[in-house]
Amino acid sequence: MKPTNTADPEYFHKVVDCQYACPAHTPVPEYIRLIAAGRYSDAYLVNWESNVFPGVLGRTCDRPCEPACRRGRVEEEPVAICRLKRVAADFKGEVKQRMPQAPFAKNGKKIALVGGGPASLTVARDLAPQGYEIHLYDAQDKGGGFMRSQIPSFRLPESVLDEEVGYVLDLGIDAHFNHYVESLKDLLAKGYDAVFVGSGAPRGRDLNIPGREESAANIHIGIEWLANVAFNHISKIGRRVIVLGGGNTAMDCCRTARRLGGEEVKVLVRSPFADMKASPWEIEDAIAEDIPILDNHVPKEYVHENGQLKGVRFEKVKAVYDDKGKRTLVPTGEDLVFIEADDVICAVGQENSFPWIERDLGIQFDKWDVPMVDKLTFQSTLPKVFFGGDAAFGPANIITAVAHGHQAAVSIDLFCQGKAVGDRPAPGTKLVSTKMGIHEWNYDSQVADDARFAVPHAPKDKTLKDRKMEVELGFDLQTAYKEAERCLNCDVQTVFTEKLCIECDACVDICPTDCINFVTAEEDEAALRAKLRVPAKNDSQDICVSAPVATGRIMVKDENVCLHCGLCAERCPTAAWDMQKFLYSVTKASQVLKAG
Amino acid sequence: MTYIKPSFRHPELPVNDLGYTKKAYEGAISTLCAGCGHDSISGAIIQACFELSIEPHRVAKLSGIGCSSKTPTYFLGNSHGFNSVHGRMPSIATGANMANRDMIYIGVSGDGDTASIGMGQFVHAVRRNLNMMYVVENNGCYGLTKGQDSATADIGSQTKSGAPNLYEPIDLVTLALDLGATFVARSFSGDKEQLVPLIKAALSHRGFAFIDVISPCVTFNNTGKSTKSYDFVREHIEATGKMDFVPMKEEITTEYEPGNAQDVTMHDGSVMRFLKLDQEFDPTDRRATYNALQDAKEKGDILTGLLYVDPASQELHEVIQTSQKPLRTLTESELCPGQKALDAINAGLR
Repeated sequence: MKPTNTADPEYFHKVVDCQYACPAHTPVPEYIRLIAAGRYSDAYLVNWESNVFPGVLGRTCDRPCEPACRRGRVEEEPVAICRLKRVAADFKGEVKQRMPQAPFAKNGKKIALVGGGPASLTVARDLAPQGYEIHLYDAQDKGGGFMRSQIPSFRLPESVLDEEVGYVLDLGIDAHFNHYVESLKDLLAKGYDAVFVGSGAPRGRDLNIPGREESAANIHIGIEWLANVAFNHISKIGRRVIVLGGGNTAMDCCRTARRLGGEEVKVLVRSPFADMKASPWEIEDAIAEDIPILDNHVPKEYVHENGQLKGVRFEKVKAVYDDKGKRTLVPTGEDLVFIEADDVICAVGQENSFPWIERDLGIQFDKWDVPMVDKLTFQSTLPKVFFGGDAAFGPANIITAVAHGHQAAVSIDLFCQGKAVGDRPAPGTKLVSTKMGIHEWNYDSQVADDARFAVPHAPKDKTLKDRKMEVELGFDLQTAYKEAERCLNCDVQTVFTEKLCIECDACVDICPTDCINFVTAEEDEAALRAKLRVPAKNDSQDICVSAPVATGRIMVKDENVCLHCGLCAERCPTAAWDMQKFLYSVTKASQVLKAG
Repeated sequence: MTYIKPSFRHPELPVNDLGYTKKAYEGAISTLCAGCGHDSISGAIIQACFELSIEPHRVAKLSGIGCSSKTPTYFLGNSHGFNSVHGRMPSIATGANMANRDMIYIGVSGDGDTASIGMGQFVHAVRRNLNMMYVVENNGCYGLTKGQDSATADIGSQTKSGAPNLYEPIDLVTLALDLGATFVARSFSGDKEQLVPLIKAALSHRGFAFIDVISPCVTFNNTGKSTKSYDFVREHIEATGKMDFVPMKEEITTEYEPGNAQDVTMHDGSVMRFLKLDQEFDPTDRRATYNALQDAKEKGDILTGLLYVDPASQELHEVIQTSQKPLRTLTESELCPGQKALDAINAGLR
């Protein structure tokens, strides 16, 4: 095997599992250290630069970072990354003065954004300070898009959303609220240099089974119903409620129903419990609010009498997996199950919808009637029109929308300068030694033993009575500090310099997790992985291979469960190992916050 | 700031027959200099005890004074330990061993602790064939007192002080052979592949098992003109052979070319399989060992590996026919057998 090229920005980036897994590549360990140091405003701004909505995401993010967290591979639970982000937002001081201050010198370019959700707001945030004139159109009367209409207030208080949407709009964005864009053609005719479509996936899927029409008055489409609740158009629901679906929208629907008078709320899912799409913590929260989840139930019929919904009839199924792991739901043959209900909320998915885009503008749509969008540049087949967020590739989540927004902003910026949008600037990287003294590093190298701390909840008897009362209370500062100390600082990299190594084995002996090996070389990576002290079986984690040292052997480090404790470097007599902090900044249109 | 070893270990660490991972055999974090050879020897002892599935409570670690003698703190943290007076570890080991023959005794000493202040003690432990493993962590200098030349430093070898050593070195391996040692080996802290099987064999040997381990002192004696530096040892190391240690309960499965392998069966039925590098060499032939050592010396090589073993060794308890049981398990009736037993003894003397 050839020595690993650690100069490739993606090598060390991949070692920072959380940051690598984050669609927006937020430098997680960096802000967690700032939280531990009590620098909440700085921690907030590191987030704001990267993901624009730290307060919102600290409550609602799908947290792809947490399943990736290395801590989860050495003990039970990952670091509570998401809730630490909220700590930064909750305890920050004045941050607005540190953000770019409008007005900005104009660069003469004009951009339209369709939709006021996270993708569009990210484009606006990235481009406004560059002098772009930005017009944002949204049908609602406030910005935020689905963050406002779909996420219930008991998970995301309106004040938090208003504040963070406000930071963006205050960058001199020309917002046109209560303005539904009916025609892209008309919009293009207004002479914009580029148009960004961040209109989400606004159509909730319906379930057309017998009885649908007759029971229409008591059957609600999940995302529409949530929006109606958010905008105070709906304030009540029947006593017995069935929620159909197993995703996060279903969890939001059932919990909202509990707050609007639903006393017997049940969730019914087609799939087995383990296959539910909802995040495990959202499922837990629903169960904690006395909402049973019945799995393996396929709805067959809305049962009604005289135009009045009586309930839903279900067929019981079981999941059967073929050799390739493909699942089929097979009826068990048991009798159909009837469950009574006064109302049914149907949360079985949502999809894109572009009735307002004329099909003769040069924007190509695929066979599912979804526009064809480049995965890297977010450009459509009409060069000046870009897509992002759910509008680009279907429903995902807020952090994905933000990531799209950053990349679309890069493209729009290049496009407006007449440059090729495929010619992306490189990501930023910094690699700096953390050595302060013989046993001193400028990070807390000691690995804390604490198990993950739980976020306290407000009492259920209170939260179920007020749909706007936030359930999660957030960490207090002492708990936040302890939780922050659980972070393994995976961005502090173990950097090995072959020519300094005297092969004393000190690093091999001290490494608590047996990551470091000196072995004879192998051509084949699998053979090399197999012969390590503890064979490197996790192929999703790289091994770092050095050039030969004096005896001709090579150093092989399995990155998988390295604790980044720095002991290899502390026990190295020649500083062949060093702990160096790696900061990866994803390619963006510009660094919005100035360094320092 | 650390000096604290994290408590997490690799989740896929292998477990031994007792169900323990290597963690059960670790000790406190080392306070020796970074890169000290002694730490690697501690690592090798941990690995050997883990692989032999030794119950930690059956081990007594004994040492004198010096950097080497600090190391029992850094391995087998769940075992017994006695850090004795400088050079007096053999006395303590002898006493302990006489009182309880069921324990496994690991003595760790240094070149100062053994070849200077403790020489008078060391030689008697060897000639009595005390049942223990005696490891000398040999770095050719007094590291704990800033690197003065020790009695094992070669003529002309220079520590960091820059003055060449003027005196003949004591070769502990030859000395041990002369005194009738029944297990003699030499190794290098930087070669665990050799050291770990040697330690396993030494721990299984009945009698005095001596291992002289060259262990570079990175702080004072890892210079370009030292004969105990990492580089010098690597350049001059020669091995008598490669050794596998196969515990009694395991079947020998590895196949070797005929003629090269020599099996030495230990008293407990374990087998040391010795792969010769030199056809002439036989580790059960004391004379062959002398010759090999002399040849290596003439060539300027450092001969390592298993040098001599006497599988029929009679250890001290057997020689002086002591109690079969540890003294602490003897009851009053055994210790005071009464008038009848006395009469029988007296009758035997008439």
